[in-house]
This record gives sequence, C-alpha cells and structure tokens, in this order.
Amino acid sequence: MAYATQMAPAGARSRSQAARARLTAYGFLAPAGVLVLFFFFIPMILILFLSITNLATTNFTTDVLKMATSQDPRYIVWGDNFERMFADAYAPKILFNTFFYVLSTLLLFNVGLGLIISLLTTHINRRAGFFFRALWILPRITSPAVYILMWKRIVASSPFGILNQFNELLGRPEANYFQGDPWVFIVMLNGFIGASFGMIIFTSAIESIPKDLLNASLVDGSSLLQRVRHVILPLLRWPLLFVITYQTLSLLTSFEYILLFNQGGAASNNEVWSLAAYNRALNTYFANAQWGYGSAFAVVLVIIGVVMATVYMRVFRFGELVAEPKIEVL
Amino acid sequence: MRIMLENLTKRFGTVVGVDDITLAVEDGEFVAFLGPSGCGKTTTLLMVAGIYKPTAGIIRFGERVVNQVPPKDRNIGMVFQSYALYPHMTVFGNMSYPLKLKKVSKEEQMLRVQEVADKMGIGDLLDRRPGQLSGGQQQRVALGRALVKQPDVLLFDEPLSNLDARLRLSMRGEIKHLQKELGITAIYVTHDQVEALTMADRIAVMNRGRLEAFDAPDDLYDRPKTLFIAGFVGNPPMNFLEVEVCQENGAFYAVNQGLRAQVPPERGEPAARRGGRVILGVRPEDVTLADAGEVRGSVFLVEPLGRDDLLDVHLDAANRLNVLADPAAHIRAGDTVTLSLNMQRAQFFDPQTEQSLLWR
Ligand SMILES: Nc1ncnc2c1ncn2[C@@H]1O[C@H](COP(=O)(O)OP(=O)(O)OP(=O)(O)O)[C@@H](O)[C@H]1O
Ligand SMILES: [Mg+2]
Repeated sequence: MAYATQMAPAGARSRSQAARARLTAYGFLAPAGVLVLFFFFIPMILILFLSITNLATTNFTTDVLKMATSQDPRYIVWGDNFERMFADAYAPKILFNTFFYVLSTLLLFNVGLGLIISLLTTHINRRAGFFFRALWILPRITSPAVYILMWKRIVASSPFGILNQFNELLGRPEANYFQGDPWVFIVMLNGFIGASFGMIIFTSAIESIPKDLLNASLVDGSSLLQRVRHVILPLLRWPLLFVITYQTLSLLTSFEYILLFNQGGAASNNEVWSLAAYNRALNTYFANAQWGYGSAFAVVLVIIGVVMATVYMRVFRFGELVAEPKIEVL
Repeated sequence: MRIMLENLTKRFGTVVGVDDITLAVEDGEFVAFLGPSGCGKTTTLLMVAGIYKPTAGIIRFGERVVNQVPPKDRNIGMVFQSYALYPHMTVFGNMSYPLKLKKVSKEEQMLRVQEVADKMGIGDLLDRRPGQLSGGQQQRVALGRALVKQPDVLLFDEPLSNLDARLRLSMRGEIKHLQKELGITAIYVTHDQVEALTMADRIAVMNRGRLEAFDAPDDLYDRPKTLFIAGFVGNPPMNFLEVEVCQENGAFYAVNQGLRAQVPPERGEPAARRGGRVILGVRPEDVTLADAGEVRGSVFLVEPLGRDDLLDVHLDAANRLNVLADPAAHIRAGDTVTLSLNMQRAQFFDPQTEQSLLWR
C-alpha cells in the first residue's frame, strides 16, 4: 500500500496504474514469500499441531483426520506435553545450557572473534589479510562429521589425544578434557566455525568505509585504536545487528556439533534446547520417538527465537537503520 | 610552519605515484598542487599528512624531519573532497573531535567550536547530523573541523570539486581570506587551474609524479618553462605551431608555410640561435582578427563562451589556431578570416627537450 501511494501522487495516476504498481511490488515479494510460507509458516503450523498430540512410534499414523477425531486411542492431548515439559526435571538445566551456549559462543566468537579477525586483517597487508581470513573459513567448509572427529582427536586421552601428547612432552599429568569441561570445547568448536560468518560481514563493511573518513580520523589526531572505537565500530552498527540477530537464531537451532561431539553429555549436562527437541522427537530414547512431546520443545524454541529477534530489532532501532544506507556515505 | 620536501618519492609496488619531488613551502604561504588526474597530488598530500610513508626522501616541518611522525603528532588540519564528516556524529561532534582527542576540556571545546562555527556561518547547525546538511554546509563543517584545532598546516584535497560553480567561487574567496587572516601554511591540491591561479601564492605543477614547475601564477602563465606547462596552464589552452625563426636585416621572423610574423629580438634571438624547427606558442587571446593579419585560415567551429566566441581556425591540413573573438563580429563556421598574432607574447620551445628557449 505504502509503495503504491508513494509511487502515485494524489490524482496524478489512475486506479489501474496504482493497482499495477502494487502488483509489481507483490511480484517482487512473491519468491521470498513463497519460501517463508513453505519453510517457516507451514512447518510451524505442523509443529503447533503435533505439539498438542501424543504422536509417537507406538501410536504412529499418517491419517491427520483420524488423529484429530479419534477418541480411542486418543491423539489430541492439548496441553499435556507442555505440562510434562515444565515438570521435566532436566528442562530448567537445558534452558540454562541453551542461554549459556548461545551467549558465550555469540559474544566470544561469532561477534567477538569475528570482529577482531576482521579488524586485524583489514589493518595489515591486503594479501596477508586475505590469506588469514581464508584460513578461518576452512572449519566452515569442512564436513561436520570430519570436523568433530578432529576435535575428538584433539581432546582424546593418551596416546591418541593431541593435547595430551603435549602434556606428556611437557611432563604434565594427563588431563581428561572430554569429561573435564566439555563446554569449553563445545563453545570453541562452534565458535571457530561461527566466527567466519561475522568476519566476512564485518570485513566487507570495514572495507566499504570511505578511505577519506578513516584518514580524516587519523589527521584529527586519533590513534588506530581510537579510530576503531570512535569511527569504525559506530559505522558497523548495522552489520553488528545483523550478525547478532542472525547468529543468535542459528545458534539457538544448531545442535549437530554437540550431538556429534558428546550427544549432550551425561545427565543432559551439555544438552541444549534444540538438541532436546531432536532427542525427544527423533532420537529413539528407549526406541520410542515421541514426536508430539518433541514438538512441544520445538514450539518453545520458536517462541524464544521470535521474542529475541523482536528485542534485537527494538534495541538497535531496526526501522531507522533500514531506512538509511547500510554504510552511510556522504 | 615551513614545509620542506626533499627528493620525495612514493612507489606502490611497481607503480610510481610520486617521483623525486623537491620543494619548500614557506611559512604562511599558500601553495597549490596542480596537475592532471593521477599525477600524484593526493599521494604527496597524504605523505605530508603522515598517512603514507615515503618510499624515499625527506619531509621536514621546520627543521624537524617528520617521516616517522604519525599524523596525530603533526598538528595538521585537512579538508577532503568528499568532506569526510563522521556521519554518526553531530556537527558539534565532528568539529570537537580533534579537541576531544587532545583532551581539551568540555567548556573550552564548546567555546572554540562555537567561535569557529560562527566564523564559518554554521553556528546554528551544531546539533544537526552531516546527512541533514547541504554540500556547502558540509564543506564548511569540514573546514571548521580542520581549523578548530589551530593547526600549523592546512591541507586541502580538491575541497571545492563537489560544489556548484557559484558556491565554488565564494568558497574560494573565503578559504583564501581565512588562510591569510590566520597565517597558516597551506597546501591546496586541485586539478582546476583557475582555482590554483586565483588562490595560490605559488603553484607546483605536477605531471606523472614529477614536479614540472614551481612558480608564482604570473610566471607560469607568462613565462612557462616547459611545453607541458604552456599547454596545461591557461584555458582555452595555448596554440602551438611549428616554425623556423630566421634573422633578416636585423629583424627576426617566425616563418612557416602560411605564416610570416615579426618577432621582437629578445624573443626571436634565442629561438633563432637554436636553429631549425622550433615550437611557437601563442595564447588564444593573443590572436586577433585583423584585415592586415599575417595568417589566413577558415573557421571550422565556433563555440560561444558568453563573453567571447572561441573559434577553431584551420590554417592548413596540419596547423590550427584557437582564437578568442568578439561575438559582435558574427563569425560563422566556413568563413575565411585573417589573423594577427601578438608576437610580443610569443613563446618558443625546443621540440626535442620540450624546454622553453626563453626561460629557464
Ligand atoms: N594505494 C595505492 N596503491 C597503488 N597505486 C596507487 C595508490 N594510490 C595512488 N596510486 C597511484 O599513484 C598515482 C597517483 O595517484 P594520486 O591519487 O596521487 O593522483 P591525483 O593526482 O590525486 O589524481 P586525482 O586528481 O585523480 O585525484 C596514480 O597512478 C595512482 O594509480
Ligand atoms: Mg587526488
């Protein structure tokens, strides 16, 4: 609507022209709209529906009508799954794990390390910078299974573990990294991959800051660090918002590396919410996949994601930002 | 602050940006760097600013060698073509930024920014952001930011290129006036020769990284030392004709197929001494329509410039002259005209070395 009225000053154009302008706008929006519909809204509706059923391996059916109407056996259990979830002894721990995992990986690596790499590599020789950034992309293009296998080798006990071989060389006692503090490694192995995303976005943003602006700041009397603080970082507000939002959401739903590394550890010590949903719904605990119960976990995840995305957009004043060029150039 | 460049050279890999430049800018002097695009003006300026490190050579501020001194310790103010204002700061934030970095107190920042802003006529814009200002206002803020720190040296990199013609004219006067009033040594990079000729005390003409000449505007215009300068300075550019200069009965004549013009001895003698073919340079304003002129030609093109008409006159297949004519004469393309050359102001150049035969 806004588009059409903007394009057509009052009285200057006929109705049909306005309608055509609107159609064009919708035409451009359609491909993205179709994708969102099929890969977000429809799955969400399915999950919402599943979350009020008790569908599991034992009462499996594909007949949605039967699921909706059958009384014996009964499929629709309304809030039972959620009640059970809130009563789950592990749920609070899993929720805490999730926030711990997302926040520490995000801040230390996906944003922190990404920013540091891009700042460092844009301040050195161009080719050297390019080379170092290329190195950081390697973990991302390695298959997860191979990547985790390497990490398992790194932390394994003697005589296979790489870290422990160093311990031996230095005459230190053997350490059990795998059991000792898996979080350190889970955050690191996710972070090493996650950092490259922010790195790419931040690097291109830094490189698109006009040279004159950077020179002006040096002439005005700033040191390199002051220039980062006063000029570069403020101009990275939009890329920062984008990376934080996008990476929060992708970390919230990413569990494959934890699954491959230690399946969430003993007693759900390293289990995060998305892994819990996966375990309940698809990983056969006692050979019984509980799709209904797992879907309830997934619904909570969707709610957390939407809430966080909304909060970010408020905090960073998203509307104001998209109204202006991404990197303001005068 | 006197600035001395000694054999200054900057190479980017194999590309030579600036090639062995030596010149001195006197304390309080306004020097323009003039040259075509890519000749190394900005590179030189950035070396003076300390952004680029010279590949070879020395930069002195006063007696001090500043090659290794970072920009922040050079106390320079710089104005960029793109204005380079910080888009996330207000006008006040932009102008007070150099003071903030110098740890000047908040009260003094306010005072000094307000004073400079008032002088620049932007005193009431301090709360705006750069995006909310016109180009001219932005340029004033940029100039204000450079002045507020009371720099020893002012550097300008084509500061007026993005402004419209009228604004450019008035800013030209303002910058010149401010610089003289404050007595700050200034280097002003431009590819606009009118700007250089009107503003600068001396002009450094650069070409392909080298310093072609470093002279006062009048000298460049009336006594060009090389063919390049003669052709580059002045608009419309100087005409060049191949002639031979010979002496007959104590008088000197410049001669070629369609031309035979008497040259005053002080100009004719050095040209005749060189012998053979030399290049004669005559400015368009020194060529006049005259019934008893020395040259005939047909008018190929008439370009009305307002005050004058610029005629492109073909003498023969190889030789042509640009002539400034009075529009009242109503010359049309295709007309045949006779022209008289003011040989009192003729220039002669050696065709091999491209050096002037008159001045060195
Ligand atoms: N960072 C750089 N890397 C490689 N070559 C460069 C670099 N900066 C400048 N050059 C080269 O050095 C030469 C001089 O460039 P410079 O920017 O000083 O020209 P300029 O006289 O300021 O031109 P303009 O009037 O177009 O601004 C050019 O040939 C340019 O391609
Ligand atoms: Mg330049």
